[in-house]
Amino acid sequence: MAIDEGLQSELKKHGVYVTTWDQLVNWGRSNSIWPLQFGLACCAIEMIATAASRYDIARFGSEIFRASPRQADLMIVAGTVTKKMTPQVVRLYNQMAEPKYVISMGACATSGGPFHTGYNVLKGIDRFIPVDVYIPGCPPTPQALLEGLMKLQQQIKSRSMGQEVNKKQGEYPIPAFGASGLEPRYNPEVWQPPQPASIPMTSTTPPAS
Amino acid sequence: MLPPLEELKTALEELLPGVAITIDDGSFLIGASDLTAVCRCLKDTERFHLDYLANLTAIDYLPDLPALSAVPSGTGQAGAPSSNQTGAAQAGRIELVYHLYSMAKKHGPVTLKVKLPRGNPTVVSVTPIWRGAEFQEREAYDLYGVTFTGHPDLRRILMWDGFSGYPMRKDYVPEDQDTLEHSV
Repeated sequence: MAIDEGLQSELKKHGVYVTTWDQLVNWGRSNSIWPLQFGLACCAIEMIATAASRYDIARFGSEIFRASPRQADLMIVAGTVTKKMTPQVVRLYNQMAEPKYVISMGACATSGGPFHTGYNVLKGIDRFIPVDVYIPGCPPTPQALLEGLMKLQQQIKSRSMGQEVNKKQGEYPIPAFGASGLEPRYNPEVWQPPQPASIPMTSTTPPAS
Repeated sequence: MLPPLEELKTALEELLPGVAITIDDGSFLIGASDLTAVCRCLKDTERFHLDYLANLTAIDYLPDLPALSAVPSGTGQAGAPSSNQTGAAQAGRIELVYHLYSMAKKHGPVTLKVKLPRGNPTVVSVTPIWRGAEFQEREAYDLYGVTFTGHPDLRRILMWDGFSGYPMRKDYVPEDQDTLEHSV
């Protein structure tokens, strides 16, 4: 339930504070996103810089990098996900407590980046786990990571508490090592290969009125 | 400081009679069967004392493309020499490169090269000579398919055990990650 913002600020002038349960809870949840302490490549260096004093991720309440997935809310996939690392990344995601979020940081985690033709690199972590925010860049600057975190905060604030409690991610299947790569190569429930661009039909029949 | 390559070559050939060494682009090219003798000599002889193997890697040379070998014969030259050369070139080759330094004498590098047939590249391991060669030989075995006889623990090091093929070879085709199943 939304409350009238004009009324809210008018009441505030008289010392009456009005809020909703969702606003109150989401205010707390969005400002205490604890990330998993987990870096894969050079993006992790930028993530460390974001956590250090100059960029200071503590301003957003996310300074507590947890070394255990059980205590983390957010997985920042910071760097190249090799095929050999993928099962461990999916397993760590499965072990995180709900509700949980994923930021795909940089070109490699999003699409394989400069290594996308390689034999050893996964072409995007979104082939196996759901991703909430993608950050472009190679590597993204600390400002870009903070922007991504703010986007995630906006997403959390826009959902109601009940939605979040009811939404269960569950466990995602962990891929196995095959003869030439991972088996399966992607999780069809999470990701589908891009379809070839369909040619716009100019002479379609108008919908029946 | 090490003397020029020609002096090193004559010194080596005096120490190792019957070993053929050619100088190839700043490095010593030796036969695969002479590798142990040359390496032992380079490490143990007081003059060289090359006690540190800094690098061991492989290079894959594909067989010459028919289009490239056809160019000189098409420009008026007789076709016989080129067809003679392609017999050796068609099989392709794998070159092993060794870079040696001396920590004691502060000199190096000395580069050794060994040419192996691409079909079944097998060479004797230098791990008994330089212990540090163990992981580098495993990497060459994993990614290029070179077999090192006498290696204490020859198995894949970067790829997993069930992996098939040698991904750093130039004719290796990576899987298509956008298709769920093998299309074969």
